[in-house]
Amino acid sequence: MFAPGFFSSGSVHTALLLGTIVAIVSGLMGVFVLLRNQSFGGHALTDVATTGGAGAAYLSVAPLVGFVTGAVIGAGAIESLSRDHSQRRDVATGIVLGAATGLSGLFLYLTATTSSATGVTQQVLFGSLFSVSSSTVPVAAVTALIVTVTMALVARPLLLSSLSPDLARARGLRTSWLGLLFLLLVAVAVGLCAISIGSLLATALLIGPAATAMRRSRTITGAIVMAMSVGLAATWVGIVLAYDSFTWRATGQGLPVSFFVVATILAFYALSHVPLSRSRRV
Amino acid sequence: MTTPVLSVSNVTLAYGDRTVLDDVSFSIAPGEFTGLIGSNGVGKTTLLRVILGLEKASRGEVLINGATRSRSERAVGYVPQRVSIDPEVPLRARDFVALGLDGHRFGLRRRQAGDHALVQRYLEAVDALAFADTRVGELSGGELQRVLIAHALISQPSLVLLDEPLANLDPRSVQEIVALLHRVAKEFNVALLLSAHEMNALLPVMDRIVYLTQGRCASGTTDEVVRADVLSELYGHHVDVLRLHGRVLVVAEPSDDVDHLPSHATLNLDN
Repeated sequence: MFAPGFFSSGSVHTALLLGTIVAIVSGLMGVFVLLRNQSFGGHALTDVATTGGAGAAYLSVAPLVGFVTGAVIGAGAIESLSRDHSQRRDVATGIVLGAATGLSGLFLYLTATTSSATGVTQQVLFGSLFSVSSSTVPVAAVTALIVTVTMALVARPLLLSSLSPDLARARGLRTSWLGLLFLLLVAVAVGLCAISIGSLLATALLIGPAATAMRRSRTITGAIVMAMSVGLAATWVGIVLAYDSFTWRATGQGLPVSFFVVATILAFYALSHVPLSRSRRV
Repeated sequence: MTTPVLSVSNVTLAYGDRTVLDDVSFSIAPGEFTGLIGSNGVGKTTLLRVILGLEKASRGEVLINGATRSRSERAVGYVPQRVSIDPEVPLRARDFVALGLDGHRFGLRRRQAGDHALVQRYLEAVDALAFADTRVGELSGGELQRVLIAHALISQPSLVLLDEPLANLDPRSVQEIVALLHRVAKEFNVALLLSAHEMNALLPVMDRIVYLTQGRCASGTTDEVVRADVLSELYGHHVDVLRLHGRVLVVAEPSDDVDHLPSHATLNLDN
């Protein structure tokens, strides 16, 4: 089933390593994004990550730096707009989202018209796991480790404040600081997702596996492990199929990894709707 | 004399020129079952939030076990009025109770075998073992109330505040929850301050009543407080207190000044 050269290709190695790192982080963060009902906020961050990625392409900076910086600045903007109560949170999110998308358009146009690089728009929006530079892997690994360790340290207070902010505040927790910290961590996770399957599809990797896992798990920990597993399976299946697809067409051109990853995630989500007895939750 | 578990002195709170709490003072002895009674919108929730430290009083002082709140956070349990958790959230009732132990703690801490036994004990105390493994979002109102009570009790506080725990429950669940609260208060020697807009269900179990209206309060045993002279002074106009088959009805005189009617008088008459 593996096309010739799959295991010896350097870009396949890079893709597998990076895809694995990203699937683990996005599974963890996705469950908490859903717990906190912040899917819209999470999606808005992917749009701001797009702006960062497009800006990075224009300035010839490493894409990961662009994606993460963009999303973090976006998280800060949403938070500061909604914090002083001048805007409701969803309004603030919408405004930042709109502004970011406009800027993305500008950066992508500038890049396309001033450089000879082709396919930049495609790369930023939809990713291209096979063309990621191998030097990205250690940076992504360290970033992912920081996010994971921070989440492990704040997981319980974050869970309590997601379930009931009143209960959390009554126990002496500062819920607004926890919320800001979480938004920043999601921003970094979105940046990592964007490198893997493109900024436009980052939402799919963040939300899809987590939504599947929450339907089928009995505990939060179980949901996190399952979300990571679904993300990993989808990423690996996507990479194998995309590599294989180079042999599918006479032109010898493969189909995008991101398409296969998202299609696999969707298949898992659809499967999670197949009725099972309640006791089958893990 | 023992130190009161809660002592509220001259608490006043105003939003702009609207006075929500007006010189409220009362205290609760250890283990006392106290009802905070008043119609909707008289400031019951606000008073509970001030006691919890979630709202800052313009004036006055709140002492818990003789100390200001910052040093006694763990001594107060809380059951909020509304906790709505989506059925999609994979969180069992027992997991929610366990968060009462360590939900506020940062860092990596594995739960010990002793923690599981403790969770089991408190689930049993509130008759929640039957749905201990059900998702919190799938529980009925009465079941969720039990789980919230166990969550509040498991940190072994000396005082638990409950915000309208009987609202939105069917009459049978009201009876069950009142009996349950009475039992656990004795079993764990914990003082309860429970807000309600209707006092009758609580009459058999209340050691003390804090009657709140228009930001002002009267406190004592029900016999001391639920009297025509005391409540008339509190309302600022004449009200009658009728006792009927062990129930109490607070009735205002017919008046053109509708604003000053105790709004739950009509509610009580409907019962």
